[in-house]
Amino acid sequence: MINFKNVSKRFPDGHNVLDSIDLTIEAGEMVFITGHSGAGKSTLLRLIGAIERPTSGNISICGQNIAQLKPSALPLLRRKIGFIFQDHKLLFDRSAFDNVLLPLQISGFDHKLVAGRIRAALDKVGLLKKEKAFPITLSGGERQRLCIARAIVHRPTILIADEPTGNLDTAYAKDIMDMFNSFHQVGVTILIATHDASLLEKTKQRILQLNQGQLAA
Amino acid sequence: MISAWLAQHWHVFVFTLKRLVSTPLTSLLSIIVIGIAFSLPAGIYILIDNLQSISGQTVSSPQISLFLKLDANQNDIEQIRQRLEENPQIRQFQFISKNAALHQLQKNSGSVDITSGLTHNPLPDAFIIDTNNSAPETLGQLQATIEDWPEIEHIQYDATWAERLSAILRLGHRLVLMLSVLLSTAIIAVMFNTIRLQILTKREEIEVSKLIGATNSFIQRPFLYFGALQGLFGGITALCIIALAIHATNNELMELAQLYTLNLHIRHLSINDNLSLLLFATWLGWLGARISVANHLWKIESK
Repeated sequence: MINFKNVSKRFPDGHNVLDSIDLTIEAGEMVFITGHSGAGKSTLLRLIGAIERPTSGNISICGQNIAQLKPSALPLLRRKIGFIFQDHKLLFDRSAFDNVLLPLQISGFDHKLVAGRIRAALDKVGLLKKEKAFPITLSGGERQRLCIARAIVHRPTILIADEPTGNLDTAYAKDIMDMFNSFHQVGVTILIATHDASLLEKTKQRILQLNQGQLAA
Repeated sequence: MISAWLAQHWHVFVFTLKRLVSTPLTSLLSIIVIGIAFSLPAGIYILIDNLQSISGQTVSSPQISLFLKLDANQNDIEQIRQRLEENPQIRQFQFISKNAALHQLQKNSGSVDITSGLTHNPLPDAFIIDTNNSAPETLGQLQATIEDWPEIEHIQYDATWAERLSAILRLGHRLVLMLSVLLSTAIIAVMFNTIRLQILTKREEIEVSKLIGATNSFIQRPFLYFGALQGLFGGITALCIIALAIHATNNELMELAQLYTLNLHIRHLSINDNLSLLLFATWLGWLGARISVANHLWKIESK
């Protein structure tokens, strides 16, 4: 599903964020990526989401080589991915419902036909009663869950979460991990970057350790 | 598939209308600016169009009056008549004998018979000629030809007036063209700036949309609709301004025209002209937005 071959990413200042990464993630896998801050977790996720391009090496996602992808094909690839951003990136000028509507609008669905799908997504993250609320009135945990609803509403094949439980208390964090487990059970490929040790202790899934831009064994 | 595409466009259209209404003062101001910018050249165009219709009334086929010498006899008249018939530049002509002219004069002068004191008829025989072509050159050429004929006293035609008027009209057309180009550029600049500000305020939405797979055309669409709609409303405003201006000046223009004994009825823009103006305004708005989007959207790269 996701394949890295000798991938490096260098920032314009010359700093090597990722250095010769080789990595394969199979369809339906759930993988944790960990490491201290600045180890390149976010950059790795952004490369998978085709938000950034590698300085060298090959990345293929769903069988498509990112480097050879035309700019016009990039949006179509991104629609296969659900991204849960560390800073949520919710739009504050519209309701929770309309925030979740956005990916469906982008994919060209008629907004009258998808109300059911949006409510199902909101229901899954426990925000059905807040569909008319604006993000500014939501708590941190609710915003995180709204971001998840937006990432899953278009049924992506890959779900990418950058520090999904950061700044949340343990009860909220457990809720959110339960959600990811349920997505995993229906076959979604999931990548979670986290430095939350309690999450890593409990899981039986694969854990990738990033250290100064390199994968530790 | 097509209905989904249409539904998407309809959605953007409604969304854009809402956006226009949500900032009424800003929208209204830029619409008025566009309206004024369009009404100037369009108004002058109407003025010229009407002037042309006046000139059409008076000099569309200028008549040449040909006065014979007083001692011209029937033989001379026949000779001239024959030459006129043979000349291909002459559409038709009418002979007015000196007796007929005197009779006409007596009739026109009414109760005061100014001819009663005359001992003989002072009027010459005359031909009134309609030409095929009203171009000043043709008329000049014809005049030169006729002057060489015997027994011609005087040739009179009003080409100078026609020449002056057509020169003024040509200048006017040039002026309309220049104004249109200048003001169109101004409209594009206004739209460019309006859309630039919008893109800046929608920065977050654009960023997020790009991140979750929006194509460029999806992101551009609302801005292009916005430009086109503002252009369209600006065009409608221009039509209203013109209609009001005509209404406000109609009476004064009529009076002025009557002083020149012209039958003036101000003509409004035709339906075709109206439609082209609206289409052009819409296109200009779209173009300004398109240029702005091309310049500013690529700068917003996802972070």
